[in-house]
Amino acid sequence: MTLWPFHGGVKPDGHKSLSNQTPILQADIPPFLILPLLQHIGEPTEPIVKVGEKVLKGQIVAHCKQKKDCHLTMSAPIHASSSGTVVAIEHRAVPHPSGLTAPCIIIETDGKEEWIECLPMTNYAELAPDVVRKHIARAGIVGLGGAGFPAHIKLNSGAIDTLIINGAECEPYITCDDRIMRERPDEIIAGAKIVMHILGGAKHCLIAVENNKPEAYKALLEAADERVEVVQIPTKYPMGGERQLIQTLTGKEVGRSQIPASVGIVVHNVETARTVYRAVQLGTPLLSRLITITGGGVEKPQNFEVLLGTPMHVIIDQCRRKEGVERLIMGGGMMGFALPNDEMPIVKTTNCLILMRADEIETSRLLEMPCIRCGACTQVCPISLLPQQLYWHAKAKDFKKAQAYHIFDCIECNCCAYVCPSHIPLVSYYRYAKAEIHACQHKGKKAELAKKRHEFRTFRLQRDKAEKKARLKKLKTASNASKEATIKAAMERVKAK
Amino acid sequence: MITAISLLSLLALLFGLLLGYASVRFKVEGDPVVDQIDAILPQQQCGKCGYPGCRPYAEAIAKGEAEINQCPPGGEVCILALADLLDCEPKPLSTEHGIEKQKMLAVIDESTCIGCTLCIQACPVDAILGAAKCMHTVIAEECTGCERCIAPCPVDCIKMVSIPLAVNTWKWPYPALPPTLQNPMEPVL
Ligand code: SF4
Ligand code: SF4
Ligand code: SF4
Ligand code: SF4
Repeated sequence: MTLWPFHGGVKPDGHKSLSNQTPILQADIPPFLILPLLQHIGEPTEPIVKVGEKVLKGQIVAHCKQKKDCHLTMSAPIHASSSGTVVAIEHRAVPHPSGLTAPCIIIETDGKEEWIECLPMTNYAELAPDVVRKHIARAGIVGLGGAGFPAHIKLNSGAIDTLIINGAECEPYITCDDRIMRERPDEIIAGAKIVMHILGGAKHCLIAVENNKPEAYKALLEAADERVEVVQIPTKYPMGGERQLIQTLTGKEVGRSQIPASVGIVVHNVETARTVYRAVQLGTPLLSRLITITGGGVEKPQNFEVLLGTPMHVIIDQCRRKEGVERLIMGGGMMGFALPNDEMPIVKTTNCLILMRADEIETSRLLEMPCIRCGACTQVCPISLLPQQLYWHAKAKDFKKAQAYHIFDCIECNCCAYVCPSHIPLVSYYRYAKAEIHACQHKGKKAELAKKRHEFRTFRLQRDKAEKKARLKKLKTASNASKEATIKAAMERVKAK
Repeated sequence: MITAISLLSLLALLFGLLLGYASVRFKVEGDPVVDQIDAILPQQQCGKCGYPGCRPYAEAIAKGEAEINQCPPGGEVCILALADLLDCEPKPLSTEHGIEKQKMLAVIDESTCIGCTLCIQACPVDAILGAAKCMHTVIAEECTGCERCIAPCPVDCIKMVSIPLAVNTWKWPYPALPPTLQNPMEPVL
């Protein structure tokens, strides 16, 4: 198959063999599950259970506002990932770069794993795509590659020609997709076929695997039939980026403001495909996900299937934590972010936890030096942006210019910062600038509203003043008239006498 | 000769008409510079700039009577935008007018409020609800944090509180210098 490699990219050390040597383990059921109400991109859900209520495994505990039409909403319901009792609905720390708290449902598990009745849809091929899509929406499935985009929204894309199943897994350290492709290739392929049906019979299905995962490629190849094509692609970061993958496989470039569906393509992650398979064939909603626990901070790096809501420390302890861990990263080595502690729950978007000790961290990276305008960043940018210009403008808070240099096209892949000889945390500047621009737009809207309210108030005060004046005048003339009338009446009385 | 003159006059007439039409057809309401300045100002109507509200301040800037660095709520971003618009040098915020700080929210202590309506009269955006001798309350959504209601209250029951941070309103900060070991923001490799 011809491939069209994308511009730029880097080849960092993958650190994959740390964790990809042993089969995926089932993690223990934790004593408490912490389920944040927002675990995806889009609208948060609302709790539909009360404190003290008993819940069964697989029961929906939080739903989007439009329950009936959840397949039309940019949201995904949250299920109880094990049976037990709801003990609190309160703010807890959630895995987010801010380290802030957010509303969560806390369930004390009873260890019985009592299931709600599962409703599979094994005859999906005879059903209308929309019916199956609604089933997927009810199962709370979101993109499990790390972004957390509700799956049913992507599956509502209109005319789709090609489905791409993303098994690139280009991020350093992460190996859970690698392991699942080796261990459950049949489920991934079955899931891909269901997705093709929901997409209204997409003609092609490509499963892309980077060539640093030969075992996964072989396993998929053996499980595949004529309806799906397994493709080996070069190992290069960020190959797993949606646009980069589409370009590599099809040569099609997705425009700046376009979505992949506009060129007839939809991309889903391998684990998402497997979860779709389980929701349709077994009737089990999204209750658990795969996660890589790795880095020099644990004795036994390992992939797990973990119940959503499991606190991180429970699972880290299962890998035997070492002394002196300095950093906990959620996500991969390139795009991950640090967390302040390990009390937070594993959510739908947690694909990897890296524990690092001080000796693993390149401390020279912590010293930001002046930009020497070497241009290395420009050479590796997969979007062909000018990272150096973006940096200058973001640093100078000149957001207009930053936007003119297309800062919002930046996918925050960190390639530029990775090669920068001056160790400038370029992406931090871009994130700052993007956040400020968003806030400015929001502020602008608020200011517009405040202005309207102020103008109305000024108008109201003037109107009230004018009305008062008019009323006084009227009162005066009225009283004058009544005075005259009294005098007249008196005169008449005098005359009459 | 005659043809040349008549042709030129004809052209002149034509263009004159065209310009005349354009000036009517594309007439701009108000003063566009004032509007543009006003659009940059934060619309708190707090009066800290020394003018009764944002619009009067915008008019003063347009006339060249005021500096561009007198609006504390707008802060640095506002000054940079104004400098860009008016093509002049940005300067630091004039401390005599105030300092830039996080936007706050007015909260009325409902147990102390005597219902005097003085704060309602002071609020430039009608963000306070209440009637005479009844307890008053601030509509958080509409409050711009201008602090105009604080001084008039005879029983000092209005406080400015900081708006609680939430995951969806949190912003990535300006990169910390020097970064720390835990700095979350660069590749960890
Ligand atoms: S790689 Fe770093 S030093 Fe080189 S031009 Fe880019 S930002 Fe400047
Ligand atoms: S982080 Fe943004 S600017 Fe830097 S290489 Fe990636 S896309 Fe380009
Ligand atoms: S200081 Fe700023 S917000 Fe306050 S009235 Fe003046 S221009 Fe408006
Ligand atoms: S409530 Fe107070 S602080 Fe808020 S807008 Fe009104 S006057 Fe300003």
